[in-house]
Amino acid sequence: MINLIIDVSRYLMILLIALYTYLNFRYFSYQDEKRKNSICRRQNILMFLIHLLAYGIIWLETEDERMLVFYGAQVLFFLGYLFLYRLFYRNLSKLLVNNMCMLLSIGFIMLTRLSFDKAVKQFTIVAVSAAVTCIIPFVIDRVWQLSKIPWVYGFGGVILLGIVCVAGTTSYGAQLSIGVSGFSFQPSEFVKISYVFFIATMFYRSISFKTILAVSGVSALHVLILVLSKDLGSALIFFITYVFMLFIATGKWRYLLAGMLGGILSSTLAFQLFSHVKTRVAAWLNPWSDIAGKGYQISQSLFAIGTGGWFGMGLYRGMPRKIPVVEKDFIFSAISEELGGIFALCVLLICLGCFLQFMMVAGNMQAVFYKLIAFGLGMIYAVQVFLTVGGVTKFIPSTGVTLPLVSYGGSSVLSTFIIFGVIQGLYILKRNEEEEDKYES
Amino acid sequence: MKANANPKANHQILILTYGVVLLFIGLAVYYGYFLQVKSDSVINNSYNARLDSFADRVVRGEIRSNNGQILARTDVDGEGNETRVYPYDSMFAHAVGYSVNGKTGLEAQSNFYLLTSHVNIVEQVINELYSKKNQGDNVVTTLDVDLQKKAYEALGKRNGAVIVMEPDTGKILAMVSKPDYNPNTILSDWNSLVAEENTSGQLLNRSTQGLYPPGSTFKIVTALEYIRENPENYKDYIFDCDGIYENGDYSIKCYHETAHGHQNFTQAFANSCNGAFSSLGLLMDLNGLRNTSQQLLFNTDFALPFPSNRSSYIMAPGADTWQILQTAIGQGQTQITPLHNVMITAAIANGGTLMKPYLIDHVENAGGDIIRKFVPQAYGTIMTAEESTKMTELMRAVITEGTGSALRTDAYTVAGKTGSAEFDKNKETHAWFVGFAPAEHPKIAVSVIVEEGGSGGKTAAPIARSLFDLYFSR
Repeated sequence: MINLIIDVSRYLMILLIALYTYLNFRYFSYQDEKRKNSICRRQNILMFLIHLLAYGIIWLETEDERMLVFYGAQVLFFLGYLFLYRLFYRNLSKLLVNNMCMLLSIGFIMLTRLSFDKAVKQFTIVAVSAAVTCIIPFVIDRVWQLSKIPWVYGFGGVILLGIVCVAGTTSYGAQLSIGVSGFSFQPSEFVKISYVFFIATMFYRSISFKTILAVSGVSALHVLILVLSKDLGSALIFFITYVFMLFIATGKWRYLLAGMLGGILSSTLAFQLFSHVKTRVAAWLNPWSDIAGKGYQISQSLFAIGTGGWFGMGLYRGMPRKIPVVEKDFIFSAISEELGGIFALCVLLICLGCFLQFMMVAGNMQAVFYKLIAFGLGMIYAVQVFLTVGGVTKFIPSTGVTLPLVSYGGSSVLSTFIIFGVIQGLYILKRNEEEEDKYES
Repeated sequence: MKANANPKANHQILILTYGVVLLFIGLAVYYGYFLQVKSDSVINNSYNARLDSFADRVVRGEIRSNNGQILARTDVDGEGNETRVYPYDSMFAHAVGYSVNGKTGLEAQSNFYLLTSHVNIVEQVINELYSKKNQGDNVVTTLDVDLQKKAYEALGKRNGAVIVMEPDTGKILAMVSKPDYNPNTILSDWNSLVAEENTSGQLLNRSTQGLYPPGSTFKIVTALEYIRENPENYKDYIFDCDGIYENGDYSIKCYHETAHGHQNFTQAFANSCNGAFSSLGLLMDLNGLRNTSQQLLFNTDFALPFPSNRSSYIMAPGADTWQILQTAIGQGQTQITPLHNVMITAAIANGGTLMKPYLIDHVENAGGDIIRKFVPQAYGTIMTAEESTKMTELMRAVITEGTGSALRTDAYTVAGKTGSAEFDKNKETHAWFVGFAPAEHPKIAVSVIVEEGGSGGKTAAPIARSLFDLYFSR
């Protein structure tokens, strides 16, 4: 009987998330505020239903009362977050908040299934991050000094990355984090943001050739340090973001072209120089030839995705824990295995929806500084999602980056909250301006 | 705020956004393609531990012959205990395999299908309510019980392997390997099967994994290379055989030192004259011989859904005379599997195009609805149609005027090649026969090896004869 309930809920969850994803894109076609609001309300209902079904299954499978308490805490958190954010900021983008909550809840569901302790830890970090970053839109609106301190962003980033490179702890062959009084802290997640701010402030001031050279130099330094730390995923994200931001700031296609050529050249060079790059590419080209060794992770990921199929094995019915670092870089495979390929595709589309929102904000901002920030952060987000999902599905070589808001990891969660907070801030800023204009005229 | 230095910024943001959306669509399409098309072949891998957990909810399906006889089934008793039963005992041991202490054969290859249930949704719900397991899908193979039985009996107590294949489809009709084991009692026999002092290798599927010196069956390769080097006048080759061919300090003997006398190319091939082919080897471009054998898939891992060993051809340009003399007649370091030998033979029968050998015809659910159908696929073209015609002519002569006399009959026409492969000076040779019939419109190809069976013509060819007789009597 329990099996039947679980099976039915599994299909229901797929239906619900498909509906949610549909509404996510339907939203863009409406101009009318009322209709938009009604879509967001429906999305909230769908999210809570999915969340409820998933924790229902989790409880049936584990018969662990702690799950119910944990579920209750999450519901309170989501209700509180949705309500308070709206209370503080009348003009917020509800869609963006909804998507954040949806992705977070999927993350909670998968992490609870993978490791209850990690899920609780993640929940705590999320709650704290949510509370702390609530203030960001307020800051964006009022603190104009943010555009005055480019070198703080630039050098701050380089120094932080440098410390990790020299003194960082090694995990899976890369120096990613530093330990500060018991907490492991991954600076590259935050430097991503300061880096975008640095580029935006510099290009906002001037796009003279001299400035471009200076910015290029500092950006290259970022990328180089990351390569030395063997954090190739981040290096790639930083590089692409710089090239695109330069292009948008100057409007010159030749910079885009030069950047891409440079990217291809340096990738080839990295392939020749670094053995770990070669290993990754070899594991990508043919994971089956060394299935017990270098190809282990990616082949386990493909087994998970393939065995799960379109509809998934159902929560607790798969073996996602067979994939090394499943709760971080390979969470997408776990989702696909147990919740189904359709569900996972919906997650990908929701992420794409977030990116589209970022780009709309970028398009709407008049000030170059804000435009570049929205654009840069959007690109960082899109590239990161693409690298992680493409990596675990063997579309591209695996680079070892996390799926924002879904993967386990405190630094990643906090930094994504900051990114979404900044975008939310820009959105609110714009809408407030528009309202004032309307009022004046 | 400062004026925008790039008036086209929004337009360019739009372009890049489209670019990103396009990339995501590409990713999604690839992902869908993987799930829909590729995943089956990916997940059916012994490293995928997930499949074992399927057994908790599904009763392993049946493996059946090409016309529905059960080769393996799972019996469930009143208490829900499952037993895997193999009605033909050891007859299909290697082809079907076993599924305890690891999995082999079709039990391994079709593990995913057997453990996936496609019974209809109503039945699934009812099963669920009574907490019964669903019946797994059945795998219908290409194996033919009659041919398998005939091959199994013809090989008798001798060690060796027989493999029968349709040249125009790649369907494997029979696959026998001896010595064998009884899959019904494998658990109780396990310790003696894997015991260190047991050197007979009952668990090894010799038909796909046994590596043997090809002996005179390799003359097919040597002859093909000679034809390639002399397309117009290869038939002009003449050799006088007195039973022992001497070259410096080396001597090559014909089988039982039979003096074949004056031989043209076709006769030398038909009578399997070692002297003629050894001296032919000395005339050849060694690079060419190597390329031809590699084109015929020596030194290649087959891209097939079941495991097979890789045949090896070692000789490189610059080899010494002795190695050339040996290699040209299939002795020396060259090794081949019976599967590979039937593949080459089948390609000759099929106008040069090799069809991918396969064992699973289709998968059906417990109700008999087809879930997945496998269709013949070409592996590749390994020789031209013209070359295959010339080879067929040579191989036909083996039967009509040479060592394959055991297959002379009016009922059908056979083309083939015998082999008596020496592997140990003090032991009898391995007896080989490869061939197909009818020579004009080939329907089946066989590869037979009898370990220490002596002469291929005397020991292996009659086994092939019994298979052809059975096949064409139906």
